[in-house]
Amino acid sequence: MSTAAAPALDDHDHDHHAGPSPGLIRWLVTTNHKDIGTLYLLFSLTMFFVGGAMALVIRAELFQPGLQIVNPHFFNQMTTLHALVMIFGAVMPAFVGLANWLLPMMIGAPDMALPRMNNWSFWIMPFAFTLLLSTLFQAGGGPAGGWTLYPPLALQTGNAFPFVILAIHMMGISSIMGAINVIATILNLRAPGMTLMKMPLFVWTWLITAFLLIAVMPVLAGSVTMLLTDKYFGTSFFNAGGGGDPVMFQHIFWFFGHPEVYIMILPAFGVVSQIIPTFARKPLFGYASMVYATSSIAFLSFIVWGHHMFTVGMPLAGELFYMYATMLIAVPTGVKVFNWVSTMWRGAMTFETPMLFAIAFVILFTIGGFSGLMLAIAPADFQYQDTYFVVAHFHYVLVPGAVFSIMAAVYYWLPKWTGHMYNERLGKIHFWLSVVGVNVLFFPQHFLGLAGMPRRIPDYALQFTEFNMISTVGAFLFGFSQLLFLYNVVQTIRGGAKATDQVWEGAHGLEWTLPSPPPYHTFTTAPEVK
Amino acid sequence: MEIQETTPISISVANRRLVKRLLLITVAMFGFGFAMVPIYDVLCAITGLNGKTGGRVAAVESSAVDEARTITVEFIASLNVGAPWEFTPQVNRMQVHPGQYYQTHYLARNLTGHALVGQAIPSVAPGLAAQHFQKIECFCFTRQIFQPEEGREMPVVFRIDPNLPPDVHTVTLSYTFFRVDDAGG
Amino acid sequence: MTTSRIAQAGAIATGGALLAWSAVAHADFALNMTPGATAISHEVYGLHMLIFWICVVIGVVVFGVMFWSIYHHRKSRGVVPAQFHESTLIEILWTVVPMLILIIMAVPATKTLIRMADARDAELTIKVTGYQWRWHYQYLNENLGFFSTLSTPQAQIHNDAAKGEHYLLEVDQRLVVPVGKKIRVLTTASDVIHSWWVPALALKKDAIPGFINESWTLIDKPGIYRGQCAELCGKDHGFMPIVVEAVPEAEFQQWVATMKASKLNTLTASGGKTL
Ligand code: HEM
Ligand SMILES: [Cu+2]
Ligand SMILES: [Cu+2]
Repeated sequence: MSTAAAPALDDHDHDHHAGPSPGLIRWLVTTNHKDIGTLYLLFSLTMFFVGGAMALVIRAELFQPGLQIVNPHFFNQMTTLHALVMIFGAVMPAFVGLANWLLPMMIGAPDMALPRMNNWSFWIMPFAFTLLLSTLFQAGGGPAGGWTLYPPLALQTGNAFPFVILAIHMMGISSIMGAINVIATILNLRAPGMTLMKMPLFVWTWLITAFLLIAVMPVLAGSVTMLLTDKYFGTSFFNAGGGGDPVMFQHIFWFFGHPEVYIMILPAFGVVSQIIPTFARKPLFGYASMVYATSSIAFLSFIVWGHHMFTVGMPLAGELFYMYATMLIAVPTGVKVFNWVSTMWRGAMTFETPMLFAIAFVILFTIGGFSGLMLAIAPADFQYQDTYFVVAHFHYVLVPGAVFSIMAAVYYWLPKWTGHMYNERLGKIHFWLSVVGVNVLFFPQHFLGLAGMPRRIPDYALQFTEFNMISTVGAFLFGFSQLLFLYNVVQTIRGGAKATDQVWEGAHGLEWTLPSPPPYHTFTTAPEVK
Repeated sequence: MEIQETTPISISVANRRLVKRLLLITVAMFGFGFAMVPIYDVLCAITGLNGKTGGRVAAVESSAVDEARTITVEFIASLNVGAPWEFTPQVNRMQVHPGQYYQTHYLARNLTGHALVGQAIPSVAPGLAAQHFQKIECFCFTRQIFQPEEGREMPVVFRIDPNLPPDVHTVTLSYTFFRVDDAGG
Repeated sequence: MTTSRIAQAGAIATGGALLAWSAVAHADFALNMTPGATAISHEVYGLHMLIFWICVVIGVVVFGVMFWSIYHHRKSRGVVPAQFHESTLIEILWTVVPMLILIIMAVPATKTLIRMADARDAELTIKVTGYQWRWHYQYLNENLGFFSTLSTPQAQIHNDAAKGEHYLLEVDQRLVVPVGKKIRVLTTASDVIHSWWVPALALKKDAIPGFINESWTLIDKPGIYRGQCAELCGKDHGFMPIVVEAVPEAEFQQWVATMKASKLNTLTASGGKTL
């Protein structure tokens, strides 16, 4: 099943100066970075709606105390799959899609370095997610042990288990291939004169992200492989009865898991660092410190994983170490925020939709950073851990953080990609509905967590009712607002006002020197970078 | 290759070399995931993480018994799900002097009409005391086979290492009994 | 026009958030963390508020500068963009100052953490075992052990009956403990990982099959303190609450005597468990 794409590869089109293959075949056999970027972005958008539908099931059930819509087992399947779909299906592929479209155009390369591998890394994804989502229709249902897959609970999963593990392996392979491609493209295909310290920040953040991916996706693969052998082949990596230790899984998982959260946010930092200077009409403040801050965040992300495990009963020294290390991450993160604000300072700003999303990103991501700092304080984390406060934290960094940056990026570069301007009015309406929706959805969750509501529960005590209701209203507002985004994007692809080559008055960078839309093959001769 | 650079061959060579290196990192990190298992065990042994205490025989050592110091040792027993035994410590607590060897028993009885294999997993609290809890004989060193309905006493011979940090006054030894034959959960 | 809208919305949002959060400062259990019933829980609450206010101040300054800039540095006001893009001094400053702030936070946090880790010299040890989906409590100093299970009727959960005051936070057998005594809590589990959490005690510790985890509490005030399992443990994870009842010593002794004699006691006379 997963090899269905293989035969198509054999008649792969070696002559890159030809146009695309005709019809639908084009999308199956394409090795063109723009086509593959488009595929990734469309796939991500689809998964965003699939994962979003699951989120609405969760929020609908939580609208009132009592069990109304789904049973607890199905509820747990929804939380587990929502997280897996959003992380691996929506956010990560969206950034890979942006990388595909933008990296070659930003560094003056004709395509990605490894175009055939590129085709593979995309086409693995639909199969992986078909496999993952098919478990919902199996007897016994899908995985229900949480996206973190903690044993022994995860080992109680029924027949869905091997499907989930295989799907995770496929996503991992796809990500690793994508990362290798990104690194090879950036290191080997830069146009003459494009030195590392001249690269746009989006390129820099993706380079670092790609290294993170290569470092941690294999660790995830290792950990889920151990789960698989524990369940089916009698090993005891995580089974205390056989001399193993369930907590060890958490260590291995979070060794992957914490860098993973930065995999989802570093490219977002890159996007915002492209957009703010454009609309402030002023160069990015502190370019070099942005690069150093990103690198130190990436480095620190490898030594803080224990902050997800403060309650497992680590020795005091361990808790202190993870607490201090985690607090340290706030420093380079702060540097980035200060740099963005300084970029706006004394600029000449306009507020088109991409800029609105970027500004909202800076504010709301920072709020997520603040709650992260609170969570880093181990004694206080004992109260926050596994409550809605954590849910609020990671949604602030992931939704108005990562997701807003993706939307900002789409509005920002869509005119370049399609040659058409999107509907600005609709874009602004989408922005305002989203920003209101997301705060109504997630801000009350801080209160819920502090007041003592655990996460991952389908029903709750009565004192949590009001904020849950508000949160659910916000969820539906946010969710349905995204249909405007879909409509706007589709309309822009189909037609609209002609976009200029530079599109935005303040835009700088190689991609803006190309026609809008850019021809199928660009920079077949490398541009000269001063 | 398809890339029209001034030196197309060198780029494809560079790509190939880079891909090889990156694949090497990938494989190494996959291995690292597995390597975390023994690394973690070593860390546990050093730090008493999780109260892991050796399922191994400690060397018999003779050192001065510290009569001046008395430590309370608590014994607790737990059963994992699907372990059909009755399992209890013979005594709930003992007063011991560091350096001195003591013996106690746990009692276990197979509650089923068929043979069972069990494995007891020790754990010590506080975690820092784990490496100072030395067992020279313990039913947890091996799997225990029980005939139908069989009940028996299982001995533990232990001592508290005199190097136990001076501020520890109570040490708890816990055993969890797991069923380990295939029929087990 | 757009910009003033942004500024306005921003001001409203910040003001609203601040208002909401200052209500938080008034220790309303439904909105904020509980200060709790132990010295440790008060310390934790203090830490939480300290860091919260530090974050608020930083936020007000940073977002304030940003909104000021958004308002004044608009193209529509005809400003000419400056072209500066670095300043070593200011970049060093905003690296060093946050470091100092972090140290200010880390000092009290470290002190509290050290105190929380110190379970020595407890007068009473209670073993807490997580099961799918109920808790078992064993008093190691007594031959006493029993299960504690959700007592909310299914009809309430399925909306066939009106929900009671302590919906989902009530159990058949409470964990009764004496006030004013240091209690050591040993957590473990029988099947999957659970986590024993009582917010008023600022005590949350994972219950892990095969291992015991140590923690402690010392409750000042008699009262009933409710909590829940805080680690996903399967289908009924949301339905295994914890209810701790702290009572004066004499009352506690009386309760122990009654419980030991009752048939709820799952420990046999020899101390043997009949599970
Ligand atoms: C200032 C930076 C940050 C700090 C100090 C921080 C700190 C933390 C801490 C301590 C936790 C564990 C909370 C607990 O479970 O008790 C946590 C959870 C989490 N964080 Fe962050 N964080 C930061 C930024 C981010 C970013 C940028 C992302 C993603 C884009 C992120 C995503 C998450 C997620 C997904 C979880 C929950 C994982 C789970 O349990 O399922 N965080 N964070
Ligand atoms: Cu983390
Ligand atoms: Cu639970």
